[in-house]
Amino acid sequence: MLSQQLVNGLVLGSTYALFALGFTLIFGVLRVINLTYGFYFTIGAFVALTVAREFGANIWVALPVGALSAGVVAVVADWVLLTRLRRAKAGELSSLMVTLGAVLALYSLMAVFIGTDIQRFPFGFVDNTAIEFGSIRISLVQMLIVGTTFVLVAVLFLLLQRTKLGLMIRALAENEDAARLMGINVGLTVAAVSFLSGTLGGAAGVLIGLNFNAIQPFMGEHMMLRGFAVIIIGGLGDIRGALIAGVLLGVLEVLTAGYISSNAKEAVAFTILVLTLWFRPVGLFGRAQAKRA
Amino acid sequence: MDGMTMAEWLDDFLFTYETLIHALGVHGLLALSMYCVMAVGQLSLGQAAFMGIGAYTGALLTLNLGLPFWLVLPLSALAPAVVALVIGGPTLRLSGVYLAISTIALGEVLRVLYINAEWLTGGALGLSGIPRKADLWLIYLLLFLAVLGFWAVGRSKIGRAMEAMREDEAVAGVMGVNLPVYKMGALVVSAMLAGLAGCLTAHSNSFIGPNEFGFEMAVTILSFALLGGIGTPIAPVIGALVLTSLPEILRPLQDFRLVINGLIIVVAVLFLPRGVIPFRLRRAP
Repeated sequence: MLSQQLVNGLVLGSTYALFALGFTLIFGVLRVINLTYGFYFTIGAFVALTVAREFGANIWVALPVGALSAGVVAVVADWVLLTRLRRAKAGELSSLMVTLGAVLALYSLMAVFIGTDIQRFPFGFVDNTAIEFGSIRISLVQMLIVGTTFVLVAVLFLLLQRTKLGLMIRALAENEDAARLMGINVGLTVAAVSFLSGTLGGAAGVLIGLNFNAIQPFMGEHMMLRGFAVIIIGGLGDIRGALIAGVLLGVLEVLTAGYISSNAKEAVAFTILVLTLWFRPVGLFGRAQAKRA
Repeated sequence: MDGMTMAEWLDDFLFTYETLIHALGVHGLLALSMYCVMAVGQLSLGQAAFMGIGAYTGALLTLNLGLPFWLVLPLSALAPAVVALVIGGPTLRLSGVYLAISTIALGEVLRVLYINAEWLTGGALGLSGIPRKADLWLIYLLLFLAVLGFWAVGRSKIGRAMEAMREDEAVAGVMGVNLPVYKMGALVVSAMLAGLAGCLTAHSNSFIGPNEFGFEMAVTILSFALLGGIGTPIAPVIGALVLTSLPEILRPLQDFRLVINGLIIVVAVLFLPRGVIPFRLRRAP
């Protein structure tokens, strides 16, 4: 019983971690709380749904197409909304407000044209079978979720630590002006970061859409509660912190639902968020610069 | 108005537009609650959540305990103020994004809790049959008093301190402004105003549901303040007036109401950082 719940918690947690990863990457490098991030999640799921329905694509096609489209949307959204503010070196609250307004407009536009009814992937889109290890059942969807998360995280780490683009991104995160003086193309690096995080958000959208099989325009907004909790518990901008906090949150939620009540599960994320702010605002590993006002 | 006396015409007008006129007053209060936090340079996105706490507190006190309205109203303002203390305590010591993030998160968690705690809140169906005790005159009296109050405070020494904080917090602190007290005070007052607005909504619509106080409402309240600007307390109220009545006048816009509210924020922040009413309060030298 406990081991089964730990497995379920790990699966849920890895989707949270994947979702929060892109969100915290944007903050870590671009110093922006970009609330349009929830929309990338929604758009990833909807593009995957559309290619699955209209072209009968399987998951191996639908997942990358959905994720990469979200990446493209992210680049455009960042360029349209934030270029001007970045140039003016506006405060972090200005960019937060702009992306907040934009994301409501985007969700609502989508709701006007698509409606807010819950949509599902076509029957047989993924194999529903489960494998049993002793008393533990793991479905193929769950394995797909954990496997994809693992691969994407590994690729992101390699990219950040081992490639020239990664070096550019890390330099930008350190100091924008210094990076520019070192000859780094800041505009291009910003676009790359947006693309990466949009792709991560979109992939999370496809996987979570698959896990719960419920897709709806405002799904990204509802996911943001977990996103906020994870990036603050992990420490704003701390990628490793977000990964661990994501998994931790998933496990705690499943355990709460199992041993306390499923209502209490919904309050777990917010409760830990507030506790973190009270007692450890720098995040799990203390690497976030929780600037004192 | 052929054949109608002025009084009859007014009665007819009030009857037809009753809901809208209530909403205008309540939205004015919400815009002021947003103004109150922004006036000290902070951003709370929990105004809708605070409103929801006030609405549910008020409705439950009336429906389950049958308390008189004059007692329900202040209690509905008190409940969100307590929540504001719990969230404001840690976040107001940190940079502005922490308050913004935790207040949006508050709205989202409350929405889910209202839906799940069916035994108390009626779940997704919400609470209905709340007696209509919020008279029109009461709503507008409170709105008037709130504007008057903010105007008086804005012209005083406190207003000067608030404006200094908005322009440059560090400098204001060095000049002797007690930053934590001002920030917490502003957040608590704004939560109380939003709670009042929520209680008034519950007792004028006679129905409240879990989705009325979520993300959409939070962003809409911000759009009131950003359209009007926060130079004077009357500006956000005018912003609320315009954005609430616009979709009623231009019916085809109704579907796109939220799209417009969202875009107003984008345009206001990018191109009109002081809103459409950029005047500032005059203060005795």
